[in-house]
Amino acid sequence: MDWGSIFSNAMASALGPDAIVYALAAIGLNVHFGYTGLLNFGQAGFMAVAAYGLAASVATWGLPFWVGIAIGFGAALLLALLLGVPTLRLRADYLAIATIASAEILRLVFGSVTLSDWFGGSNGRQQFANTFYDMNPYSSRLDFGLFSFSANDAWVFTVGWFLVALSCLAVWSLMRSPWGRVLKSIREDEDAVRSLGKNVFSYKMQALILGGMFGALAGFMLAIKQQSVIPTDYATDITFFAYTALLLGGAGRVLGPVIGAIIFWFLMTFLGGFFSSAASIDLIPDVVMSDIQASLVRFILVGAGLMALMIFRPQGIFGDRREIAIDGR
Amino acid sequence: MDVETSAKGREALASVPNTPGAPKPDPIVVGDGITRTFGGLTAVDVEHIEIQRGVITALIGPNGAGKTTLFNLLTGFDKPDAGDWSFNGNRLAGLPAFKVARLGMVRTFQLTKVLSKLTVIENMRLGATGQRGEHFWLSMLPPLWRAQEQANTERADDLLRRFKLDAKREDFAGSLSGGQRKLLEMARALMVDPELIMLDEPMAGVNPALKQSLLGHVKSLREEGRTVLFVEHDMDMVRDISDWVIVMAQGKIVAEGRPEQIMADPAVIDAYLGAHHDADLSELDEARIEAEATAELDQEAKND
Amino acid sequence: MLGAILLGAGGAYGTSPAALPSESSDNSITVVLIDTRGTEAGESGKPVPDVDIEVSDDSGTVGEGTTDEEGRASIPIPGLGSYTVTVDEDTLPEDTQLSGEGGNERTVNVVISGDMRVQFPIADERAAGAGFVSKLMTGAVSGVKFGLIIGLAALGLSMVFGTTGLTNFSHGELITFGGLVVYGFNRGLGLPVVLAGILTVIVSAGFGWVQERGLWRPLRRRGTGLVAMMIVSIGFALFLRNVYQYVFGGNTKSLSQYVSQQRVSLGPISLAPKEMAIMAIAFVAIALVCAALMTTRLGKATRAVADNPALASSSGLRVDGVIGSVWIVGTALTGLAGVLLAVDQQVEFQMGFKMLLLVFASVTLGGLGTVWGALIGSMVVGIMVEVSPVLGVPAELKYTPALLVLILILLVRPQGILGRRERIG
Ligand SMILES: Nc1ncnc2c1ncn2[C@@H]1O[C@H](COP(=O)(O)OP(=O)(O)O)[C@@H](O)[C@H]1O
Ligand SMILES: [Mg+2]
Repeated sequence: MDWGSIFSNAMASALGPDAIVYALAAIGLNVHFGYTGLLNFGQAGFMAVAAYGLAASVATWGLPFWVGIAIGFGAALLLALLLGVPTLRLRADYLAIATIASAEILRLVFGSVTLSDWFGGSNGRQQFANTFYDMNPYSSRLDFGLFSFSANDAWVFTVGWFLVALSCLAVWSLMRSPWGRVLKSIREDEDAVRSLGKNVFSYKMQALILGGMFGALAGFMLAIKQQSVIPTDYATDITFFAYTALLLGGAGRVLGPVIGAIIFWFLMTFLGGFFSSAASIDLIPDVVMSDIQASLVRFILVGAGLMALMIFRPQGIFGDRREIAIDGR
Repeated sequence: MDVETSAKGREALASVPNTPGAPKPDPIVVGDGITRTFGGLTAVDVEHIEIQRGVITALIGPNGAGKTTLFNLLTGFDKPDAGDWSFNGNRLAGLPAFKVARLGMVRTFQLTKVLSKLTVIENMRLGATGQRGEHFWLSMLPPLWRAQEQANTERADDLLRRFKLDAKREDFAGSLSGGQRKLLEMARALMVDPELIMLDEPMAGVNPALKQSLLGHVKSLREEGRTVLFVEHDMDMVRDISDWVIVMAQGKIVAEGRPEQIMADPAVIDAYLGAHHDADLSELDEARIEAEATAELDQEAKND
Repeated sequence: MLGAILLGAGGAYGTSPAALPSESSDNSITVVLIDTRGTEAGESGKPVPDVDIEVSDDSGTVGEGTTDEEGRASIPIPGLGSYTVTVDEDTLPEDTQLSGEGGNERTVNVVISGDMRVQFPIADERAAGAGFVSKLMTGAVSGVKFGLIIGLAALGLSMVFGTTGLTNFSHGELITFGGLVVYGFNRGLGLPVVLAGILTVIVSAGFGWVQERGLWRPLRRRGTGLVAMMIVSIGFALFLRNVYQYVFGGNTKSLSQYVSQQRVSLGPISLAPKEMAIMAIAFVAIALVCAALMTTRLGKATRAVADNPALASSSGLRVDGVIGSVWIVGTALTGLAGVLLAVDQQVEFQMGFKMLLLVFASVTLGGLGTVWGALIGSMVVGIMVEVSPVLGVPAELKYTPALLVLILILLVRPQGILGRRERIG
């Protein structure tokens, strides 16, 4: 078994575009859930409207890339407003169901045959980020010794981590301000906040929009890194995986989602590599695990891991139990 | 607002008749025809209510009388089926809870609502109104709100000292005892600087030693010229601190008067005793279903 | 065009990452006849078995085959070149007919080695010519059937929610459980579908009990919050779904009986006998459970716990015992939903997951935790899903109206149609 390449692949994905997308999505969820207590299960929807806003603007309507980015952000803002009005007054469980339902509606609409002239049906849209890659200052592979990125990946890597850093800075400065204090208080008990004269609905809406903007960034990066949008990339699982990353790193902490996304992708790729090479060199007999099955083991482990995390360490790997958002006990 | 107002208020009450819904000389809250039903149960059905300014009014009544529901309705946390009420002459019907609070009518909750994962001082700071740093865009520019935050913190520290919570300043509110939480909730409500403070069972679950100091705090609110409306079960407490008592039973106001008169009123004694005889229907129904179910399950267990 | 097509090779649709099992490396032409009428884009349709296929070249017939239970016929060919694939239309089920240009023949140019797949569109003869009213009626009846299946699952979800407050995101996987287990009994052990179904309901009940004892009860004992439990259920769903795929594979498979049945005409609508049976079984099961909830001691105890667990417990009721029974009954009902879905359509590792949101929509429409609400919601959702294509909603979007209504209802009544508002203070 080639431990070296398994490890270096895992490192590459822990620091590469995959982790960036998840870190941004999870930063958004952190604003929603970690700080405000909004159980948004529709982050995939925010990612999708931004990504499709960009992709369709450029690839379908021939608009410039930056106009596409603006449209993507605008679409995410609109989604937050449309989604917020009916759902923000709801109890956590209704909110979760309503948001997951809207994300699913969006995925079905983007994948629909009827609208394939705009969104490309199940094939989606491709080649809309040339402007982005034209700005690439790297002309050759970026080598980190243990692993390396292609010139394009290196550019995504650079811009992506810059955005992640900027997002963390924004979250940090917001959450130490009185504004952030109101959000955290809403998470604890919104009626108490109301009784003190704060417009809870307005704050929740602001939080939904802010988190949705980070979701939009995640959607852009996902679309740009592969120069392609397809509906299956925006299924509910991506929201749940982003939650897993958030909980892994610790909800309600500025760097929690980033650390979580890095660990999540390291483990995903490492386990994927480990089991597929174990199955292919017949360390594990074929009857027990075929190659296809080997690729599933890591997802089984994600499920079990999410359960264990929530039960035994709801504060995440580095979190402090006294300040976590969710009552896992 | 000072000692004078409250003394005047108390004097004025001397001439108020002991009838349910009696008009007061200087009411801060006036309500008419407020009703709220849950399914078939009428939880609140108040024809007329007035709360005198500058005094401590106690709202008493057996469990399920509708006191908490009335609080919820008056403060905008619940919507009545019908009714109209005003605070300082401002009509409140239909106003959301946060706007009611901003007008100066602040309530606490029967089950304390401290923000467990925030520190005591952060709980207090949250109470301050008109904070610039609570605006999204301004919040990212600390120089614009730091001075105000400092002033709020000083006010909060004063209150914490007064409520003897200063030692807990940096503790998480979730680590406080039940009594301390009640204190914190009251102190936090004062950060809003309310004219009328409504306390829902402020003494419930508080140990006797702390109770005395809580009583002192409630009285001191009156001395500051604030109006206090509070719900309490302990009759000694009510007698001790209140200037006026309103009695509710089955959603209605059944009696009003000065504490010593109320304690002697047969209607009140009836309301309390009566409550045990005909508790509301839904509870009875529940109790019956459960009793039945329990008996049958026990039977089943024996058969096994 | 009613969206009825016979698709070649399943690999083009379905989100499963697992590839189809690879055929031998020799050259062959595979025709997979799958009837996707009434199914959503991304879902697999019903395979069409027992259809004769012939492959010929200039010199005559080179091979013949008959589609199997999975609608698949693989015919070896001698080498690269041009072939004609012919479907024997006489062997097609009566309500299906090939359509599209070229009729029952296709010319296939095999230019690379391996397996070549062929595609034949078909249209539903009767439905194509049917009037609007008839289509509406047919849609409504399918909707009732689908609503009843959803109703079984929704009842299970609602009972558990009512007594424990758990919003169970792994509920879809409990439906799938029923589908997979009935497949195992039927195809693995060769039991008839009816017997396999009965056994599956029993196994599902056991699965519910094991879950309650092994997972949910210990969590309640630790005082785990409801949001935390909800997230645990998401983890559990991911876990189960991937275990299912691990064990069952990514393919869509059918049971051995009742796969394609002749429809019987009943006035303006036509129904297969199995569809009538499904409706009858679901209806009886729902009626029995509702009657039990209203009359039996356990039913009353369940309602007492749902009303007020603290009170019920303080009055000496064995709350844990009641919740245990609710899990058993709820999971059994949900497993039955999986069985009926397997009979109605096919078996696949995501079959329940794809329905989860509809089940949630039903339960939420009615108000979380109320039994009657769940049933009303299920019928509304089922009928909306099946009728909306008739009213002009694109078939691939037929789930969306129900989900939209869910969101809109919550706008008007945040507690659902029959739900109760929470207390404050
Ligand atoms: N949200 C609610 N839903 C149903 N019934 C309620 C609700 N809130 C209060 N009630 C009922 O209204 C009545 C009054 O309750 P409450 O105002 O809490 O009484 P109190 O505070 O005087 O003890 C009780 O019978 C209670 O069961
Ligand atoms: Mg009360």
